[in-house]
Amino acid sequence: MKELFVFIKKEFLQVFRDKQTLLMLFGLPIAQIVLFGFALSSEVKDSRIVVADYSKDVVTTQIISKISASKYFDIQQTLQSANELQTAFKKGTIKMAVIFPANFANDLQHTNKATIQVIADASDPNLATTITNYITQIINDYNTKSGIATGQPLQIIPEVQMLYNPELRGAPNFVPGVMALVLMLVCTMMTSVAIVKEKELGTMEILLVSPFKPIYIIIAKLTPNLLISVLNLFIILILSALFLDLQVKGSVLLLTFCSILFILTSLSIGLLLSINAQTQQAAMMASLMGMMLPTMLLTGFLFPIENMPIVMQWLANLVPSRWYFIIVKKVMLKGLGIGSVWKETLVLLGMCTMLFAISLKRFKIRLQ
Amino acid sequence: MKTLLFLLEKEFRQISRSKQMIPLLLIAPVIQLILLPLAANYTVKNISIAVVDNDHSTFSQKLINKITASGYFKLTGYTASYNESLTLVEQDKADLTLQIPMNFEKDLVRENAAKVFIAINAIEGTKANLGGAYLSSIISDFNSDIRTNWPANPATAEAPQVTVSSANWYNPFMNYNLYIVPAILVTLVTAMAAMQSAFNIVQEKENGTIEQINVTPIKKHIFILGKLIPFMVLAIFLFTIGLFISWLFYGIVPVGNMITLYGSLVVYLFAMLGMGLLISTYSSTQQQAMSLSFFFINIFNMLSGVFNSVDSMPKWAQTIVETFPPSHFIKIMRMVVLKGSGFSDVSYHLIAMFIIGMALNTWAILNYRKTTG
Repeated sequence: MKELFVFIKKEFLQVFRDKQTLLMLFGLPIAQIVLFGFALSSEVKDSRIVVADYSKDVVTTQIISKISASKYFDIQQTLQSANELQTAFKKGTIKMAVIFPANFANDLQHTNKATIQVIADASDPNLATTITNYITQIINDYNTKSGIATGQPLQIIPEVQMLYNPELRGAPNFVPGVMALVLMLVCTMMTSVAIVKEKELGTMEILLVSPFKPIYIIIAKLTPNLLISVLNLFIILILSALFLDLQVKGSVLLLTFCSILFILTSLSIGLLLSINAQTQQAAMMASLMGMMLPTMLLTGFLFPIENMPIVMQWLANLVPSRWYFIIVKKVMLKGLGIGSVWKETLVLLGMCTMLFAISLKRFKIRLQ
Repeated sequence: MKTLLFLLEKEFRQISRSKQMIPLLLIAPVIQLILLPLAANYTVKNISIAVVDNDHSTFSQKLINKITASGYFKLTGYTASYNESLTLVEQDKADLTLQIPMNFEKDLVRENAAKVFIAINAIEGTKANLGGAYLSSIISDFNSDIRTNWPANPATAEAPQVTVSSANWYNPFMNYNLYIVPAILVTLVTAMAAMQSAFNIVQEKENGTIEQINVTPIKKHIFILGKLIPFMVLAIFLFTIGLFISWLFYGIVPVGNMITLYGSLVVYLFAMLGMGLLISTYSSTQQQAMSLSFFFINIFNMLSGVFNSVDSMPKWAQTIVETFPPSHFIKIMRMVVLKGSGFSDVSYHLIAMFIIGMALNTWAILNYRKTTG
């Protein structure tokens, strides 16, 4: 046992000596949580649009002033010709054009019906759908108001309420997501180089001829990373409470327990990579190029997993951060207890045990 | 010139010799490009809705039928009270709830107006936005339906009605792949170009072989070129494979011309390789290089508009994003691939990338001299 502590101490000394990496280890999660927490938002507002009013009457003026008063739109300039529209779209300076045809006022007066033409730049399909819907809502609102004025019957008035996150801030969704993403990648990356580095520098042989058991080597390599990650977790939680107004609603103890389990799982993935890689470069490329995008997409904080094809849903189930993300959302944002997260916790526990067992086994084979 | 050729030969041999690197450099990105767009599909459908129908009237039934028939919504179930439906939202079993109050039909007929209440789980903002918008437009559709079919409707003739006809240019079928595949390709090329060049130089430092090169008559800029050109070539190669795969699997053919696309790619790689070089001058071990590049690549991925709209960010964040080369190149890619924009349309982004690239490279070369000279 004493050997183990000596070894752990050596690993700590090594980690603390490399000031630059240490700075990155703490700076990275902090900077990213704060940056993403403030910068990311799903609210679409101030979309740049052009308005072409060929009718220029009372109604079009009323509707245009309604559009320009809404926070969703930012009217750029008035449009002169169709060619100009094409150029503006190609340059990406506008997202949508709203066109009132020349006979708009006439139609409205004589047939009681008139149509506004809306052209959206659908190269970003979601944005196009959202802003087309906003315009439609503004027009519907106008119809409703003028309908009430003229005594229209059967008026259904929807009252919409946004729960949990009325301002549609990005933080409540992104903080748990970024927590899962950053913790997982940092743990995996840092561990992935741990053993392969000794191999590459030739010091592994010295370790192998020493009386250390392989499990000691693994534990000693993992301990500093585990402690650093737990410290990081608390820093992230404190920062999001202080700056992003996201306190842990549920039990901090439960969240910490699940987080440690998740960190251990990520460390085990790194360990497995480290044992299989031949060079540090290969280990890093595997943990960065191989894992970064899949983790980002399959955690579920960018795109809902239930919308994905079945194959991708299966793949997502293999990603530990997917389960952790669910736990954090439930415990941190909604304040639920162990009763509603035991399933996810068990999955993490299973993954962790399996990965660690495989690593241990593969490590032994290498020794012979 | 001749020295450069020898150096290039050496670099290419080293890359091709490493058995683990080739699959990681080329095959991993290709698999990701094929699979990940499947995950990044944001067609909003299957929004689960819990309904509280306190009215149980013909109108309320019709409205619920219309909502479930739309294809966007999936009925989770009926609940007796508003609180019960909120529990469903809390457990993530429903994304939104619709409450039809008692006397809905009666109010509608007698008072000419009735309210319905919608509560949306807004933690996932985009879904909340789209879900709320869809539901409101279905309700307003329903409203005009019942109004037209209302026998005692004296006012219909007099009330003016403005309708919206919408067109979606450049992507009429709202195919999300057209939007996401080019951006994922950029992300993969970025990761390879910027990080590999950084790791590669630091590897020579860590193994001590850089000292040997420093004492040879090889000039610094020749050495740097020798390190950067192979990754430029590899990145262009990967990009070409990526374009081929986007055509093969997703049927994406760039509308614009290839010269604009590849011209912009070279300027982009110039900037990103400069960043890799800069990272390598600040790191003495591969681990340091890795943590630095991870920091930047992660920020680039999250903020450059690959998945999250830059326009939704606050102004200060948009200013920061302006200095990220990937945000410009992703815009160029989408403009050229989807809209067929030419050089003059993308000139702003090209110039921006070039200026950033010059700054990064100059900084890197100045710093490089200091540390080794």
